[in-house]
Amino acid sequence: MNWESVSGSSAQRRWDECAHGRPPAVATGIKRVLPDRIVFTYQGDGDLAAIGTAETIHAANRGENITIIFVNNAIYGMTGGQMAPTTMIGQWSTTTPDGRGRFGEGGPIRVCEMLSALGGVCYLERVSVSSPKDVMKAKKAIKKAFENQIAGKGFSLVEVLSMCPTDWKLSPLEALDFVNDKMKAAFPLGVFKDRQS
Amino acid sequence: MKQPTQTRIIIAGFGGQGIVLIGNLIARGALIEGKNVTGMVAYGAEMRGGTAYATVVVSEDEIACPFVEKPDTAIVLNRPSMDKFEPAVQPGGLILVNTSLVQRDLKRMDISTIFVAATEIAQELGNLKVANLAALGAFIQHSGLLQPQSIQQAAEDLFSSKNPKLLPLNLAALKAGMHQSRFMEAVGLTGR
Amino acid sequence: MTEKILLKGNELLVEAAIEAGCRFYAGYPITPQNEVPEMMSWRMPQAGGVFIQAESEIAAINMIFGASAAGARCMTSSSSPGISLKQEGISYIAAAELPCVIVNMQRGGPGLGNIRAAQGDYFQAVKGGGHGDYHLIVLVPATLGELYDLTMHAFDYADYYRNPVMILGDGILGQMAEPVEKRPYKPILNLPPKEFVLDGCKSRPPRVIKTLYLHPADSLVRHNLHLQEKYAQIQRELCLYEEYETDDAEVVVSAYGITGRVAKGAVKAARKEGLKAGLIRPLCVWPFPAQPYQRAAQKARHFLVVEMSHGQFIEDVKLAMDCKRPTSFLGKGGGWYPMEEEILEQIRRLAGTKRKPAAKKIGKR
Ligand SMILES: Cc1ncc(C[n+]2csc(CCOP(=O)(O)OP(=O)(O)O)c2C)c(N)n1
Repeated sequence: MNWESVSGSSAQRRWDECAHGRPPAVATGIKRVLPDRIVFTYQGDGDLAAIGTAETIHAANRGENITIIFVNNAIYGMTGGQMAPTTMIGQWSTTTPDGRGRFGEGGPIRVCEMLSALGGVCYLERVSVSSPKDVMKAKKAIKKAFENQIAGKGFSLVEVLSMCPTDWKLSPLEALDFVNDKMKAAFPLGVFKDRQS
Repeated sequence: MKQPTQTRIIIAGFGGQGIVLIGNLIARGALIEGKNVTGMVAYGAEMRGGTAYATVVVSEDEIACPFVEKPDTAIVLNRPSMDKFEPAVQPGGLILVNTSLVQRDLKRMDISTIFVAATEIAQELGNLKVANLAALGAFIQHSGLLQPQSIQQAAEDLFSSKNPKLLPLNLAALKAGMHQSRFMEAVGLTGR
Repeated sequence: MTEKILLKGNELLVEAAIEAGCRFYAGYPITPQNEVPEMMSWRMPQAGGVFIQAESEIAAINMIFGASAAGARCMTSSSSPGISLKQEGISYIAAAELPCVIVNMQRGGPGLGNIRAAQGDYFQAVKGGGHGDYHLIVLVPATLGELYDLTMHAFDYADYYRNPVMILGDGILGQMAEPVEKRPYKPILNLPPKEFVLDGCKSRPPRVIKTLYLHPADSLVRHNLHLQEKYAQIQRELCLYEEYETDDAEVVVSAYGITGRVAKGAVKAARKEGLKAGLIRPLCVWPFPAQPYQRAAQKARHFLVVEMSHGQFIEDVKLAMDCKRPTSFLGKGGGWYPMEEEILEQIRRLAGTKRKPAAKKIGKR
């Protein structure tokens, strides 16, 4: 996670690496102590929606004034391609050799939809980076998520659908198609919550 | 060449050059000959950024140390691996160089060398992926560590269970590597 | 000749567990033990068992609690940071006296550390880790042959003593490949019927598995005394180690796991040089095999402990021989590996010194 002084042009950035799944809790601690700094977390799907589900939900529910950038690549990248909570039904991974099953393994968790039910949440949007147009949209969403924090509006999360050609065992171009054809169908893009006050 | 009781080997190249397969076949060949063997593949972050490597220890006796820092033999399939592992080889040791991808002279005078244009051999056979078997062939031909038939047997066992269609091509690369390679004794060592 | 298989330690662990009748595995990815859940994901269904990739290590260890209470032979595995997360569940499982096997392929710590092999979790494994007075049986294989056998034995010890058993390995043990004779599983102990299993009480009195003891006021004291009696029994009955050339040894090297096998190489080399060196290598570090140390301390002038940490195992070595002999230390944490030559140098130094020097530490403690 990251926090940054808002005042002055020579903004200083601080980076804090914490335990797998715990960024929203660590960010909560930082933000409550330094409320005038900009604090954001950068988390994968395994991190945010498996081992760290509790931290995610409770930070959102408390309406912590932080920004979460959630990178959804439907797989565990760092550890080499195991099933993630966002792995899609039928998708191959090193721990779902026959494809993920709806029962026993469960369907993909749709984080934006899940969090949209919580009162503390200010802003939720799902974007993609699989085409130039998508990238522009993603940029806008991320900017907004930070502006919300500066305005003190509370919890903002941007889910970014992204590629993992290495662990999907696809070429980079095929990986783009995978996001556009398969992931966008399972994880519809759009704004899931946008509370103005 | 008289064989020492223990040989410690590093095999290195780009990820995707089939480094692990070379190690696996040496290990299986040693197993067929009833020798002790321990193998290991560099994992995780160590793998990223240019050089992938595997290590194998073949021994007549019980193997104490499973990791290899100063190999008796280095099999290097690309330039970064050459730069990294040439200095590590034990004096009097051996280095196998894939001359297709390593176009520089050796710096060491005290180690023997096997030269093989493994990537070109593979290209001639129509599949770049078998450069590893060409290198292995050259290694077996000149190192005397294992009998050629043990490696052939190991390859047959491994491919027949995993991918039998690829066996003939891999065996062809193994043979080509054996015949289209040359050995150069260390110049800086006498009376060996 | 029996069939020899060539597998990585992590894969061999899976084969041994399934051979021993393990039919429930829950785990979570973490390097350097990813091959365990990956292989379990297809091997377990083949064997008619259950594989679950849990949402976290905490969930995985609690699934083990449940599976064990339901009567299954069960196992979970992880590496250091994940094992830290499991500690809560481990304390509960020990308190409830449920059999299970927990594997730790240690990596560099503390914190996220790195993914190189290390031995920094010794205290956690042997001295507690979770809360309360409990012990795990802790097995420390050094070769894949030992990993294969001890994994199978681990299930027997767990069932026999109704106690969780930990296999304390490291990244190298998990990642290296060695040929191993595939031996069929045969129980090494006379296993008692599992009279704790919660499988419905239609034709028998109900059973309870619990760890909360409030009433009567001394119930927890009594439960603890019962646990201590069991631990004392295990200490009397379980003593596993390899002893090499200690009879006339002046310098006794001690190390466990991967470090232990490297140390053995160094001791062999020292003997070739005519130095009187010996080795004590525990295969089980709780209970700790004190006898060989006490015997060796009668003749040896020095002990040398080698570990891939800043000195944890060394405390048990000193305790085992009541600090009778000066004990030197060679070790570092964070992914440092000892080489034979380094250990040999220390043996030479210690063998050369005449009378008891002050215990000198090499490497920071
Ligand atoms: C307690 C703990 N368990 C497991 C790990 C191993 N680990 C590191 S990253 C990771 C998950 C990677 O997946 P994701 O969060 O989706 O991020 P990605 O790598 O795909 O970007 C895991 C399981 C760890 N570091 N700590």
